[in-house]
Amino acid sequence: MGKILMKGNEAIGEAAIRAGCLNYFAYPITPQSEVAEYLSWRMPEVGGVFLQGESEVAVGYMLFGAAGAGERVFTTSSSPGISLMSEAISYIAAAQLPAVFVNIIRGGPGLGGILPSQGDYFQATKGGGHGDYRLLVMAPASVQETAEMVMQAFPLAEKYRNPVMILGDGLIGQMMEPVEFPDHLRTAPSNKDEWASSGMSTRGSSRRNLVKSLFLDPETLNNQNLLLKAKYDRMKREEVRYEGYNLQGDYRVLIVSYGTMSRVCRTAVDNLKAQGLEVGLLRPQTLFPFPERAIREAAGKSTCRAVISIEMSMGQMVEDVERSVRGIRSVHWYGKCGGDVPTPEEIMEVVRDLDDGGCQTPGCICDKE
Amino acid sequence: MAKTFTKPRSLSDQYTHYCPGCTHGVIHRLVAETIDELGVMERTVGIAPVGCAVLAYNYFNCDFQEAAHGRAPAMATGIKRVRPDLVVFTYQGDGDLASIGMGEIVHAANRGEKFTTIFVNNAVYGMTGGQMAPTTMPGQRTTTSPAGRDVQQVGMPIKVAELLAALQTPAFISRQTVIDPKSIRKAKQAIRRAFEYQVAGRCFSLVEVLSTCPTNWGKTPLEAVDWVRDTMLPYYPLGDLKTPED
Amino acid sequence: MQSEVKFAGFGGQGILLSAKILAHAALEAGHEVVWIPSYGPEMRGGTAYCTVVIGDRPIGSPIIKNPRHLIAMNRPSLEKFAATIRPGGVILINQSLVPIGSGRDDVDELAVPVNELAVAAGSLRAANIVALGAFVARSRILDFTLLRRCVEAEFAAKPKVLRINQDALEKGRAAAVG
Ligand SMILES: Cc1ncc(C[n+]2csc(CCOP(=O)(O)OP(=O)(O)O)c2C)c(N)n1
Ligand code: SF4
Ligand SMILES: [Mg+2]
Repeated sequence: MGKILMKGNEAIGEAAIRAGCLNYFAYPITPQSEVAEYLSWRMPEVGGVFLQGESEVAVGYMLFGAAGAGERVFTTSSSPGISLMSEAISYIAAAQLPAVFVNIIRGGPGLGGILPSQGDYFQATKGGGHGDYRLLVMAPASVQETAEMVMQAFPLAEKYRNPVMILGDGLIGQMMEPVEFPDHLRTAPSNKDEWASSGMSTRGSSRRNLVKSLFLDPETLNNQNLLLKAKYDRMKREEVRYEGYNLQGDYRVLIVSYGTMSRVCRTAVDNLKAQGLEVGLLRPQTLFPFPERAIREAAGKSTCRAVISIEMSMGQMVEDVERSVRGIRSVHWYGKCGGDVPTPEEIMEVVRDLDDGGCQTPGCICDKE
Repeated sequence: MAKTFTKPRSLSDQYTHYCPGCTHGVIHRLVAETIDELGVMERTVGIAPVGCAVLAYNYFNCDFQEAAHGRAPAMATGIKRVRPDLVVFTYQGDGDLASIGMGEIVHAANRGEKFTTIFVNNAVYGMTGGQMAPTTMPGQRTTTSPAGRDVQQVGMPIKVAELLAALQTPAFISRQTVIDPKSIRKAKQAIRRAFEYQVAGRCFSLVEVLSTCPTNWGKTPLEAVDWVRDTMLPYYPLGDLKTPED
Repeated sequence: MQSEVKFAGFGGQGILLSAKILAHAALEAGHEVVWIPSYGPEMRGGTAYCTVVIGDRPIGSPIIKNPRHLIAMNRPSLEKFAATIRPGGVILINQSLVPIGSGRDDVDELAVPVNELAVAAGSLRAANIVALGAFVARSRILDFTLLRRCVEAEFAAKPKVLRINQDALEKGRAAAVG
């Protein structure tokens, strides 16, 4: 199959089907309602399940139930909807079930706006719901990568028996780019007989499977949390992904940026190079686990004077960047969070200031005094 | 020369963002007239929903709060319980009230919270681009029911007024529409009664108003009016379903 | 090399569709391409715009402050975007609705009575395709034969609409090359 032009939102729907996920529950919300609109006819066409739930609260638990029954399932939403699903996400993580959530972020907090944003970084990576859980969080920067990450998300969710979140922004959902899908990818979840409440006769077993999250005994609950932690530690070892751009040269500033924002930064890096200023760009593709070591190593390059996190939020990822750099370089932030995506020109100016030795960003985390 | 028709004091001078032929604006006017007639604008607080009417606060001149999707009745409860002297109304669409906010409205009505709800039923999610609502008619095509609402899969449209009228707590529950002068006058009477019950401290009150969404129905304004009359009215009969005197 | 084309007009003028056809043609020509709509509540009856970015390397920023070309289907679009176009680009103006010029002497300005030509082709709704034909013929951004094929592909299911749009495309081309 060749490349076709597709909106990010539609590519998400198609990618899930190609990955063998034939179960989708959702509630409309801008800027991702096109996923539901696409799957409302596409799922029936492939014999799958499409259901518009009465709320995101309900949708979260529809996923919980379906995942608990051992079936591949996913949903898509945008920021306020993900807030409502966060309770279910906590339960799903606690019950150790695979499920995929796509958040096409819009501006927040509250009702915010409907334009692109990356304001849900904390929610996704530090837990929007309660308790000691983590999501494996992937952040695509193009429609093609969105489709690929959606397809990878299902096996990853099953490998860890943990929810996976794809974190995109309004632009990723709304823009059209060429995308290519593999013809057929469908595989069935492999280990589900061990945990799914799929009916004992389904799996030919006389041992029942229980899906639950209540552990009243302190030692049992602690052990349960240790078990979860071991999975998250394993993610940190095995699933870190990032992409470097212009990291071979003698860059003077290192930009860390993800998603749509990183594309704008790439243009800024190209333009600055043409003007004689070398700048490196490191793009985390997984936000949890975070590419801590890669960032520290890139920051440690002898020519590198400063590191800056550029994000469509008021300084969220920068906390992880600062943690990764561990004080070996000064760390800065630049961002906007109203729906206007910072332009390459703006970024070039911010980076030039940094190279000249002075961070000019009001409210940056650096100590300017 | 004496003026015979003016804009209610409770309505602002702003142009609304509603599409041509949308009846949200008519319903706003009826609410504003009522607030004027009762002389309560200065002690009224409206709650805007999440839906096409989210910007309602730009069109009224009283205080307003903006709710999260579906939660207006809970916010109204909060206000009314701490300030029973205020006149409080929620203005909610069918997605907002009958889908995501069904829990809030049922419990507020059942507790007999003394606020007024204006429930605008246009059989779709207007603001987000015409997806299916719980009130969407059987067979009606929407962006998430492209082959028409399949009642085998998603059930029949919810009759909100009847559902709430079935609660045992006394309330005023009425269904109206605004598709011609006669129905507009009746809708006005019902809205006025709803506010009067609140001001008298009597009961919870809700007026469901069958409304048009020409944009998402893919109809002209006139076709939309016909569609309300011919398709919605037979399923959603008009009239008072319950009064506190019952 | 990277070129950006901004399509702007009223909602309902088929802005998104003509932009999509151009993007499709760019893809067929083997280029990198991104189609970026404006989205939001202003879509209802207000101004709609859409940018198509065509390049020979992976496209970085999808946010374009200064596009190379502009297709202005109504007056507010021209007033809003004329000054943002890079020198040397094409500004196509829908003369049927826009009585003014861009006020720029460093661009290739082209005024076409798009609506009248569309009506002559059989439907006002084909105005977007008239503009597309005129723009591509003038800017030579892509091979015109390829564009014809993509218009055919877009309307293949509706023969009558296809014929109107084919005619509209040629009328636009003729208006642009004189
Ligand atoms: C938690 C949450 N989910 C979804 C949305 C998106 N949303 C905005 S308005 C709306 C539906 C509005 O429909 P309705 O209540 O019928 O009002 P109408 O626009 O038809 O007047 C939805 C789903 C949201 N803002 N918040
Ligand atoms: S979309 Fe529908 S409900 Fe919303 S303003 Fe337009 S006509 Fe009214
Ligand atoms: Mg509605």
